[in-house]
Formats: sequence, structure tokens, C-alpha cells
Amino acid sequence: MTTVAFLDFVRGPLFQIAVAIFFAGLFIRFVEILVLGRKTDFSEPRQSGTGAGFKTVFSRSVPEAGTFKRSAFTIIAGYVFHIGLFVALVFLAPHIALVRDTTGLSWPNLPTPVVDFATVAAIGALVAILVNRMRDKVLRFLTGFEDYVAWTATFLPLLTGYMAFHHLLLRYELMLALHILSVELLLVVFPFTKLMHTFTLFLSRWYTGSAFGRKGVQS
Amino acid sequence: MPAHETLGEMLAARGISRRAFLKYTSWLATLMALPPGMAPAMAEELAKAKRQSVIWLSFQECTGCTESITRSFSPTLEDLIFNFISLDYHHTLQAASGEAAEHAREAAMAENKGKYVVVVDGSVPVKDGGIYSTIAGISNLQMLEETVADSLAVIAVGTCAAYGGIPHANPNPTGAVAISELVKGKPVINIPGCPPIPEAMTGTIAYLLSFGKLPDLDTLGRPLAFFGESIHDRCYRRPFYERGLFAKDFDDEGARSGWCLFEVGCKGPITYNACATLKWNGGVSFPIQSGHGCLGCSEPDFWDKGGFYRPLSTPLRDITPTAAVAAGIGAAAGLAAGALHRAIKKDAAKNHHTVTVDNLEKSS
Repeated sequence: MTTVAFLDFVRGPLFQIAVAIFFAGLFIRFVEILVLGRKTDFSEPRQSGTGAGFKTVFSRSVPEAGTFKRSAFTIIAGYVFHIGLFVALVFLAPHIALVRDTTGLSWPNLPTPVVDFATVAAIGALVAILVNRMRDKVLRFLTGFEDYVAWTATFLPLLTGYMAFHHLLLRYELMLALHILSVELLLVVFPFTKLMHTFTLFLSRWYTGSAFGRKGVQS
Repeated sequence: MPAHETLGEMLAARGISRRAFLKYTSWLATLMALPPGMAPAMAEELAKAKRQSVIWLSFQECTGCTESITRSFSPTLEDLIFNFISLDYHHTLQAASGEAAEHAREAAMAENKGKYVVVVDGSVPVKDGGIYSTIAGISNLQMLEETVADSLAVIAVGTCAAYGGIPHANPNPTGAVAISELVKGKPVINIPGCPPIPEAMTGTIAYLLSFGKLPDLDTLGRPLAFFGESIHDRCYRRPFYERGLFAKDFDDEGARSGWCLFEVGCKGPITYNACATLKWNGGVSFPIQSGHGCLGCSEPDFWDKGGFYRPLSTPLRDITPTAAVAAGIGAAAGLAAGALHRAIKKDAAKNHHTVTVDNLEKSS
């Protein structure tokens, strides 16, 4: 198989398969969570939980002073990684071109140096997080196989994407094919690992916030 | 022109000075990334070169390749070298027709056995015994096999000959294949492009005549001198790509400002050819310079890459139907799983027996 044929394969049939698994997985998990529901709370609510639920979705993004002091590294590295990934994913011109091609929606892209900075920062943060995890006895003990899979599946698209855009190491068509392949791996493992938190986090934060709100306590 | 005449004699007869010829070989050596010292040696060898017998076979093609090569910006030295070649058989260019034409091919094959070069443009249909394209009652497949048997080397000119090209495009009704798939045991040089750049063609022939061997080829059989770098690598719009400035449309501000055409489907990053450096029509322009993205015509299956105007970062086919169906199946499976687990939970609650201390004592 030539490199170009490989690129066609990952852009063609393989991408369709990955997208199918991703969406099917996403909906299985989401619908099941919603169908299962929670036990009905029979206690009389002190106030409606809805507002508190929405508030918590956002307020929990800001670390509390005590927590920040105890694990400043994890929080800062986590922020750098998440913002970097978001910028690279959402504001790189070829990614917007993909969304526009699929859905018709588009928005302005950021200049390449800005996206580059975000990407390199995200890659650096991911490496730092992994090193920290390996060095800390407790963290290492708590880390399972799935965590390493999630880390790798997130790291590879960032690395190959950066190298493809800048034509590093391999010929562009091969690096682009590897980038798309790594994204397909991410799409496939996404619904079945902790990576699902990208979506479920809003659900669980809202639930916690609204439960606390009903009781009239701070969330 | 007598058959024994050398290229040097022919050029002298046409009033080309040695100085002009050296300039040409220097240009050619530079073009093909050969050491500068090679230019005089090339001039020497080329001047001594005898007329090379060439049999040009045209199969499933559109004659665009011949048009390109015969219309290289004349009069140039490439033209003269092209004239110098003893083109013993060529449908479009030869005066003879019918049986006389076929005789010319057979005569050239017999006279120059083992020494003639076969140039092929067009792909060969192999489906149903190759009946979809015949010349003088002979199928393309049969003619290729016959002609190539005693040749020195084969040059596949144009994307159809190099990779199957347009006839090979999905659904490929004639079973068209590339020349390299049919020719075994002979060196095959691919000079793809739709059409190929004339200089890539003449440069490769000049190299063959000067050094008597094949130039360095890449994995797809293309001379590295012309196909070693991508269009994108040498594109004058590359700085816009680096800065993230892209035309979104052929009529927007970005297009008018000459920004990168990646988002309107330019295939320059995955296309290896010399358009961005040699350009066309005597160095006047090339597609990207005239505002259109590269189609990727010198790459295999360039017709089947999901559309010329879709960016490289998009999937080849629309993913929304797949996503919708998958989401539907996923939702149904989620409902089923949810219902099943609810039922299990309900069942467990119903069958739950309270364990007392007495029970525990009994069992132990």
C-alpha cells in the first residue's frame, strides 16, 4: 500500500468506522445514564435545584483555595492542557475546515503561532502530568491501564498533528495519515473510557449542584 | 536527417553554439540537482549521443500529454532534442496511417532490437481480454507486451500510464491498469501529471541519453529530480499557510490577497511535482499562481479523493449519515441497556430477603 493509499484509507472507510463507533458509544452511554436515572428525592425541597445546578456546572471549574494549595501542580498543568487542547482542536484552520465541510458551521481561525503555542503547551503539560504521576507513589498506585490508554489516545493526536502541520520528521501525507489514524483511535476509545468526562462532567456537576440546591446548601 | 548523425552535429547544423548548449546542460544539471561539474560531461555525452529510437504508444488517453510536450515553449533546446529523437511510431505525430503505421513500429522494433525506448501514454484496459481499446485490430495489452519485449526501457508518460489515471477512476469500467503493473523485467520510469511538465519529460530523456542509465527514482518510480519535493514545499504561498492565513472561498478577501488555498481543497501538500519551481508555458505560471488549488494530478487516484474542492483535513465521504445512523443505533442500545438494568434492579429489590443474625448463625 502506498502512503497516499494509506491516507485515503484513513480518510475514507476507517474514518467512517471510527465515527460510527464514537457516536454509537456516546449515545449508548448517555441514554443509559438518563434511563437509569436516580432515586426520587421525596424530601420537601427548600428551593428549586435547577439554578444551583447550572451554577455548579461553572463554579466547579474554579478550584477552591485549599485545594489549590494542596495540588497546585495538578491544577495548573490540568488547566494548561485543557485550554491548549481546546485551542488546537477548535481554532486551527484545517479543523474548522473539517467542521464547515461536515456541518456548514464555521468561525474565524486563530493565527498559526497562537495555535502552535497552545499545542506545545498542551503537549508539555501532558508530559509533565505523566512524569508527576509516575514519580508519585500514591498516584502511580491509583493509575490503571485505562488511564494510560486515555493519556496515550489524547497525546498522540496532539503530537502527530503538530508534526504534520509543520512537516516534521516524515513526509506530510504519511504524518497526516498517522494524525488522522490517532484521532480515529481517540474516537474509538473515547466513549468507553474516562475520556467520556468531556460530556458527562456537565451532567454530574448539574446533578450534584441541583441536589445541594434542593437542600439549600452551598455546592 | 541521416540516422548516423549525432546530437552535436544536428545542433551545429541548426546554428546552436557550443556555449548555448553548455548553458542548456548547466540548466538541466541544476534542474536535476546534479553536481555543477556534471554539466560539461553531460554536454559532451549528449553531443555524442546517437539518435535514439523511440516508439510512442498511445492507449486510453486524451492526447493531452503529447500536446504538453510538443508545445513546450518553442523554439527551445528541449524541442530540438525532442526533434532529434527518432520518433518511429506515434499516432498523433506520424504521417503514416493504417498498416503503414504498424509496419513502421514493427520495422523500428526489428532494427533497434534491445535498444529502443518505449514511451507510453494512456492506461491499458485488461477487462474482458482487453477488448475496450484496440489499434489496427490489436488490443492495447497485446501491443504493449509485443513492443516492450525487446525494449531498453519504458517511460510511462502522464498519470494514466503511470497509475491508471482517469480511466482507472472509480468504477473503472474497462479494468484500466498502470503500465508498471503490466511490464515486468524492464525498467519503467513514471512521469506522471495531467499533463506532465514538458521539462520533466525532456530532462529525463536527456539524462538517459547522457548517462545511459535511469535517473534516481522515488518509490512510485518517478525521477526524484522532478518529483522529489511537494508542490507545498516550494509554493510561493507557503508563508500564508505558516501564518494561518487561508482563502475560504475563491472570491473572498483571502483569495484576492493571494492567501493559501488549503481550505478550498489544494492538494499541494501531498502532491510531488515541479510545478511550483519549473512552472508552465515557459515559466509563466502554475495553477496555484493563477488562483486555483493543486488537483494533485501527479499522484495515484487523484480523481477519487472526495472532490477537488474539499480540504485535505476532511473525510473522503460525508460522515453525517454514518453519525446519524450510529447515534440512532446507540440510542436504541442505550434504551435497551437502561431498561434491562432497571429490570434487574427491580427484580433484585423484589427478591431481596432480609438476612437476620439467626440466618447467619444457621449457615455457619
